[in-house]
Amino acid sequence: MSVAKEMIPPRPAPAVLHRPLTTAKVVGIGVLILWALLAMALISMVIEGWDPAKFERYGPRYLNGLWTTISLVGISIVLGAVLSLPIAFARMSKNRVLNAIAYAYVYIFRSTPLLAQLFLIYYGLGSFRPQLESVGLWWFFREAWYCGLFSLTLNTAAYQAEILRGAIQSVPVGQHEGAAALGISKRVAFWKIILPQALIVALRPYGNEIILMIKGSAVVAIVTVYDLMGETRYAFSRTFDYQTYLWAAIFYLTMVEALRHLWNFIERRLTRHLVR
Amino acid sequence: MSGWLSALFNTLDPFCGPAGVFTWFGGTGLVSCGDTGWGDEIAFGVKVTISLALATLPVGLLIGFLIALAAQSQEKLLRLAAGIYTTIFRGLPELLTLFIVYYGAQMLIQSVLAFFGYDGRVEINAFVAGMVALAVVFSSYSSEVLLSAFRAIPRGQYEAGDALGLRRGKTMVLIVLPQLIRIALPGLTNLWLILLKDTSYVSVIGLADIVRQTGVAARVSKEAFFFYFLACLLYLILAMISSYGLGFIERWAKRSEVSR
Repeated sequence: MSVAKEMIPPRPAPAVLHRPLTTAKVVGIGVLILWALLAMALISMVIEGWDPAKFERYGPRYLNGLWTTISLVGISIVLGAVLSLPIAFARMSKNRVLNAIAYAYVYIFRSTPLLAQLFLIYYGLGSFRPQLESVGLWWFFREAWYCGLFSLTLNTAAYQAEILRGAIQSVPVGQHEGAAALGISKRVAFWKIILPQALIVALRPYGNEIILMIKGSAVVAIVTVYDLMGETRYAFSRTFDYQTYLWAAIFYLTMVEALRHLWNFIERRLTRHLVR
Repeated sequence: MSGWLSALFNTLDPFCGPAGVFTWFGGTGLVSCGDTGWGDEIAFGVKVTISLALATLPVGLLIGFLIALAAQSQEKLLRLAAGIYTTIFRGLPELLTLFIVYYGAQMLIQSVLAFFGYDGRVEINAFVAGMVALAVVFSSYSSEVLLSAFRAIPRGQYEAGDALGLRRGKTMVLIVLPQLIRIALPGLTNLWLILLKDTSYVSVIGLADIVRQTGVAARVSKEAFFFYFLACLLYLILAMISSYGLGFIERWAKRSEVSR
């Protein structure tokens, strides 16, 4: 029987495989260089093609367009939220007819393009001028801005109704039962117990919906509303300067990124109590 | 061969074929096929929309997969490069991306040709421009879906591949990819439906898709409501058909799971 008489001295750890250049690193550097070149090309294009006259002429128009986009999106989100309430409740009701109507509304507006909806409302309803005049609604459907607002509202209402429904249904049944056991009425339970929990779930989808609306609102430019995209198209049609699109891209990206960070902040703040 | 194929397609044409909707119900009215109505023009628009969406899908999926791979790599620089791509193209409106690609590519090609001494006007194909723009947008969204699917696959799966002596590529194809597809399928289904709707934007740069063709018909015939309603209806039907088909694929992908 052999017994180990002495301990094996501790061995050093195996040498770290030092590969300064992996394929991933090479590709990463390559793509980053590509991005940098692209950015430099675009910046040099802006600097070379800089024209104070153009800036003076189109700068204020861009700001106007930015304001149009923001107000259009803001108003349609609020109106859509109001409109989405009855749709969401109809969607959750046990009444077959109400449920079917709400489902059809949501399905139709979510599976047809916003562009086609906008055309249907602006050009399609616009062709019923005598009838609309007799009802006294012509002033509304004559204006491209109102039509854009109307179609954006209808569109976002369908999406928001689904967000709301999903969020409300994600609250566990135990919460309803707990409220009932405490003798809290259905109405109070909904406002004080169900909705606050549902809105935290709905927060992120709502943020995504606002971002989608900012991006989607660009289509109103096609029916002659001078929003940010419309002003860009106007400026491009006058100058044939590619810069015009770059400026629009910068504006849109800034808006979306600002909103995204703001939303992250809000979410972190509102879910403090959930962090373990 | 091709004559035989086109004859088959003509027979099966759901709009203007022998059993087509417009042939049967169009009569001699607005949507009849032939010179008097708009049936065949709109049928062409539907074909363009479908082929654009189908052509974009594989390109967008491939780019999206590569970006997702880059975004989950251990290399910081690669993650940064992928992050820049998705941030930019998810933040821009699809319409703006389309214009940037359409006019940008035109100017790029023109300046390159001018460098070689050719001074002519270049116009790039609206179909290709639309395809590139939609693929870029689709890929940046699909990369997020695929990335979250990648994260849902436990490390043990890769380690099992290593333990079996499979190479990295083999592990990916044999072990990871089949699970990835199953996890990512609901998200990708959504993206396909969004892509189908986004194809409507190419009508703005003059490609003869559904919206463009119905728009022309509406302007000429002064029946705007009817034709735009028809456009919405066609998109609705396309969405219904695709969600029906995708339901089959989803059930097929889930066939190995426990039925509940």
